[in-house]
Amino acid sequence: MVKFKNMSLHLVKDTSAAIGVLDLQGGVYEHLDHLERLGITGSRVKEESDFADLSGLIIPGGESTCLARLLDNFGLKEVIKNRYQSGMKIWGTCAGAILLAKKVVNDEPCLGLIDIEIERNSFGSQLDSFTAEAIMPKVAAEPIPLTFIRAPKILRVGKNIEILLQMDDYIAAAENENILVTVFHPELTGCLALHRYFAQKCGINSTGSVSGSVDSRWQSHSWTRLARIV
Amino acid sequence: MDTKRHELNIQLAQMLKGGVIMDVTNVEQAKIAEEAGAVAVMALERVPADIRKDGGVARMSDPAMIADIKKAVSIPVMAKARIGHFVEAQILEALKIDYIDESEVLTPADEECHIDKTKFKIPFVCGARNLGEALRRIAEGAAMIRTKGEAGTGNVVEAVRHMRTMNREIRQLVEMPTEEVTGFAKTNGLPYELALKVKELGRLPVVNFAAGGIATPADAALMMQLGCDGIFVGSGVFKSSDPALRAKAIVKATAYFNDPKKVLEASMGLGEAMPGLEIAQIPPDQLLAGRGW
Repeated sequence: MVKFKNMSLHLVKDTSAAIGVLDLQGGVYEHLDHLERLGITGSRVKEESDFADLSGLIIPGGESTCLARLLDNFGLKEVIKNRYQSGMKIWGTCAGAILLAKKVVNDEPCLGLIDIEIERNSFGSQLDSFTAEAIMPKVAAEPIPLTFIRAPKILRVGKNIEILLQMDDYIAAAENENILVTVFHPELTGCLALHRYFAQKCGINSTGSVSGSVDSRWQSHSWTRLARIV
Repeated sequence: MDTKRHELNIQLAQMLKGGVIMDVTNVEQAKIAEEAGAVAVMALERVPADIRKDGGVARMSDPAMIADIKKAVSIPVMAKARIGHFVEAQILEALKIDYIDESEVLTPADEECHIDKTKFKIPFVCGARNLGEALRRIAEGAAMIRTKGEAGTGNVVEAVRHMRTMNREIRQLVEMPTEEVTGFAKTNGLPYELALKVKELGRLPVVNFAAGGIATPADAALMMQLGCDGIFVGSGVFKSSDPALRAKAIVKATAYFNDPKKVLEASMGLGEAMPGLEIAQIPPDQLLAGRGW
């Protein structure tokens, strides 16, 4: 066996300061890599008991239909909703944002925990995937690199939802007190600012050695160190 | 090659990790696959089991049929071009699908050259039986690798062989002193710079899926436990007696590959799997994995 079901990146037993990454499908290692760079305890979560003491949960990018079916099949929807009710913060990136939305264009909502309307795969095919850069004043002073991969667009947000990043005709990031949604992938860039921001939301201070927004040591294949064959 | 574009293409494959990509031949099947939780569909006119049965030259599918499937689903759509047939690839790029599979399942168009994938914006996945073949394809610009298990047989033995071979060669590379890499790369046909990269990373630098012969939830979990990042299912779903049920079961077993209880649940009451073929019974000239090099 070359992969381990519940690899914890730090052997720290204080799980109450941990952020879980939903480990069903998609960009799991990429988020764990970023959390580790910030000195935050990250864990892979896929069983009910894994969610018990998390301060925060990241729902990663992947395919939202696949993730929604798996959440349904294994009863994890209710687990996440219950933990959310008792204070766990949630961040959805790309597919994760779709799962959290109350309204999904041409589709049923999945968790429906934040009042936004989102359209899946809103830019076209992979040939329309792109990168950009923008300033998100509430998150960091420096520009943040943005990676959009077959990304959704947030079309509308309800009241009490704060827009963190407005692009041309769509919203790319938004939040309320308990949930953060981004349609782009900070975990696919060297940018740690969003992970640091979410950790603060969860009441966790990062302790890593990187002070700015971007970790210059990050490389696009950095995730592979968590997925070695040997 | 546009390196930023190439990075985005590798990253799309990263987002497919832990997922199942299913062969579909029409809109109805594509919808069943999406509904079951496939992370992408491979649009083609005939599944490999039928290509094998029918014989003759197998070519790129009718673009009109691929376009219909693209319209019907919101998950990524892949399609196959013949090995070396760069014009079929140009057509698929113009059609704006999401990924091209330069595939041995179709009859090769060129026995010397694979497609120069660096000339394209669209990403490519290519098959490989061993580390050298994987790295040669990556050097040509492939953004994703898959095993080259014997397609259309429902027999996982070749995919297992390819994954074990690749893992063994990666292990050898990681353990050898750097001065031995040159000779190892020469003997096994590895591009040297990429060999050094694999030695550093302890795995391929891109996502590596299992493909060829996967017919059951247990097959999928087996390939995942051998270290694959995800699964392609070709004939295994729609040549079985209950495709929707089997598709869902393979998705579940892939996500929970390390949890025998969940793989057990997924394996129950699925009806007949696709009929299997013993590799030794296939005439050598009809084996697909030997196409390309």
